[in-house]
Amino acid sequence: MSSRRDFLKGALAATGAMVGAGSTVVQARDTYTRPPEAMGLLYDATLCVGCKACMAACKEANNNPPEFNTVDHLWDTPLDTTGYTFNIIKMYRNGTMDTKDAEVNGYAFMKTSCMHCADPSCVSACPVSAMTKNPENGIVEYNADKCIGCRYCVAACPFGIPKYQYDDPLGRIGKCELCRHRHKDGNYSACAEVCPTGATLFGRSEDLLAEAKRRLALKPGTVTKFPRGRLRPATERMLQGKEDGKGQKNRHGWRDEPDQTYEGSVGKYVQHVYGEKEYGGTQVLKLSGVTFEKVGMPNLPPYSSAATSETIQHTLYGGLLMPIAVLGALTWVAKRNVKPDDDDAGKPGDKS
Amino acid sequence: MSAQHHAVPEPVGGPLLNKVTFIAGTLVAIMAAILLYRFIFGLGAVTNLSDGYPWGIWIVVDVMIGSAFACGGFSVAMLVYIFNKGEYHPLVRPALLASLLGYTLAGAGVIFDLGRWWNVWNMYWPWSVNPNSVMFEVAICITLYIVVMWIEFAPVFLEKLGLKDMKRKLNKFLFIVIALGTLLPMMHQSSLGTLWVVLGTQVHPLWQTPLIPALFLLSAIIMGYAVVLFESCIASSAYRRSIEVSLLNPMARIMLGVVAAYLAVRLGDVIFRGVIGRSFALSLEGLMFWLEMACFIAPFFLIGREVQRRNPARLFVAGILLMLGGSLLRLNGFLIGYDTGAGFSYFPSLSEILVTAGMFATEVFVYVIVTRRFPVLPREAPAH
Repeated sequence: MSSRRDFLKGALAATGAMVGAGSTVVQARDTYTRPPEAMGLLYDATLCVGCKACMAACKEANNNPPEFNTVDHLWDTPLDTTGYTFNIIKMYRNGTMDTKDAEVNGYAFMKTSCMHCADPSCVSACPVSAMTKNPENGIVEYNADKCIGCRYCVAACPFGIPKYQYDDPLGRIGKCELCRHRHKDGNYSACAEVCPTGATLFGRSEDLLAEAKRRLALKPGTVTKFPRGRLRPATERMLQGKEDGKGQKNRHGWRDEPDQTYEGSVGKYVQHVYGEKEYGGTQVLKLSGVTFEKVGMPNLPPYSSAATSETIQHTLYGGLLMPIAVLGALTWVAKRNVKPDDDDAGKPGDKS
Repeated sequence: MSAQHHAVPEPVGGPLLNKVTFIAGTLVAIMAAILLYRFIFGLGAVTNLSDGYPWGIWIVVDVMIGSAFACGGFSVAMLVYIFNKGEYHPLVRPALLASLLGYTLAGAGVIFDLGRWWNVWNMYWPWSVNPNSVMFEVAICITLYIVVMWIEFAPVFLEKLGLKDMKRKLNKFLFIVIALGTLLPMMHQSSLGTLWVVLGTQVHPLWQTPLIPALFLLSAIIMGYAVVLFESCIASSAYRRSIEVSLLNPMARIMLGVVAAYLAVRLGDVIFRGVIGRSFALSLEGLMFWLEMACFIAPFFLIGREVQRRNPARLFVAGILLMLGGSLLRLNGFLIGYDTGAGFSYFPSLSEILVTAGMFATEVFVYVIVTRRFPVLPREAPAH
């Protein structure tokens, strides 16, 4: 009854791939956190007046065409981010829309653009490293010269950010890259640069997080200072005007500009900095008066799905150990079972 | 070694142009025209794809389901060479041919869907690849497997061409090719499921599970056997040959064993993760989940008993149900249970459907031509 024994051996070899996972070293891949010098944005919905200057500036900075959704085709009117719109201000409406930033009978704004995740799904998904995370400033960068257009990044992103240009036979993926092409001239993200109220603020994510927490700790209605444009770290603020000439790049590499900080009243915040912990944290952070889920920000766990996915892959394929072991077993079994009668020696019917 | 005295494969013969090849050929021509248009004017010109549904039926049906349908070669070769069930040998070649065609087309289908296909070499360029990407692993494995299958199938062409010497040489290391041909589909069929793990909460919890690679692998093996049942019945009726019930009956029993294992993992998983309740909600997802499950459960009632398995009609229907069940698992996770938020919907365009039809037609077209001219199907016993 050798066939029964062979069957069992085969069963062992064949199921090795499935059960073997438990017996080899499980290399769990932790969720990544933001790099120390991560750059990002802080969007404070309570400061946003919905002027959409950031949308126009984004189009111009990224050389994107207008998109029309009205009959007259007069204005750039995108309804969502697209392959040609990397930033959009959306509006929340409820009931009579009387009060700004109120969930009931109110209205509110929310910015939609790339969150620059600490552990981006798009980067994990991309098979050809066209989507990468800059190891220093953490910007999630796109390289069209490598991109094969498979749109796995589009499917993977929980925020629906990478978008493909379906209308173009040479279409690419479009998404916010924090205006990294403007950085070398000392310019930062165009959306933050033009924001009149400082609702969108550019800076180091760590500084932005501290600023967000400062605002959450304040009593609604009290008066406080709101910076505009670029959030300067405390060290830089002390040096302001001492070592930098006007219009020159300062020692941090950013073009010097006058301090535009102003005084305003503190909004009624939901006590949550969106992006502090979601998916291991994002470099773009958000404050809102309306529950985040209602303004289109998904409820995400503190661990990333990239980590889950890569843990599975590394467990099964880490160092190719398991595939090689299974292949060895399969080869051994197959060698015994491939019978010489597979040879056609003496078989009729060959000369057709 | 009496089990090894099985029927020798032989060309079926007959005309190449007939009703089936004519219809299939027409569908292939329509597909070619649509694809030409697609490559000139872009994906948006022919598909209903959007950023909410970046993958449509070209990926989910042509590649995901198409390659699972093409697992017959893998499932049967595993039975014959790994589990040493030599008696199933006559089933190997026809199954392998269907697999070869299915996978080659799935590979081509990926190219049709790639938005920047001219960059595809980056997938194999060491300075570009991202080993963390599930898709990278899938792509490499499928590419290798297509090569391996052509080598596995090469004896058919060598026989036809009378190159016995070369065939004998190939046979000496065929066992390595067969081992690889078993390992590679295990790797990428499971990873095709892992593809949706990174999609996270966008995939409905009834399908989003870390056990998805095991479910995809088991269901691919099941679909492989189911396709063999389906194909054997179709080929027999089309070529007016007797059905190999003596082989299909015990193979179907083995298949049911795998289905039982699949159901245990599937149900155990949704119960253990505490999401089984979501399936009872009055929703499309809940309905689709049970429809999917029904396709896997019904075969036990159809062909659970020995007598039932002797009935070709029952084998045929059970095969179709299991093919459908595995297809639903893939369709449900990638399209029906996938939600990127409000404002997006997807139903394939006519062009998308015609291309998918053209892909399957290509398979039929080539299958008919190869089986009529090359030694693939077992020779009919002269007693008939």
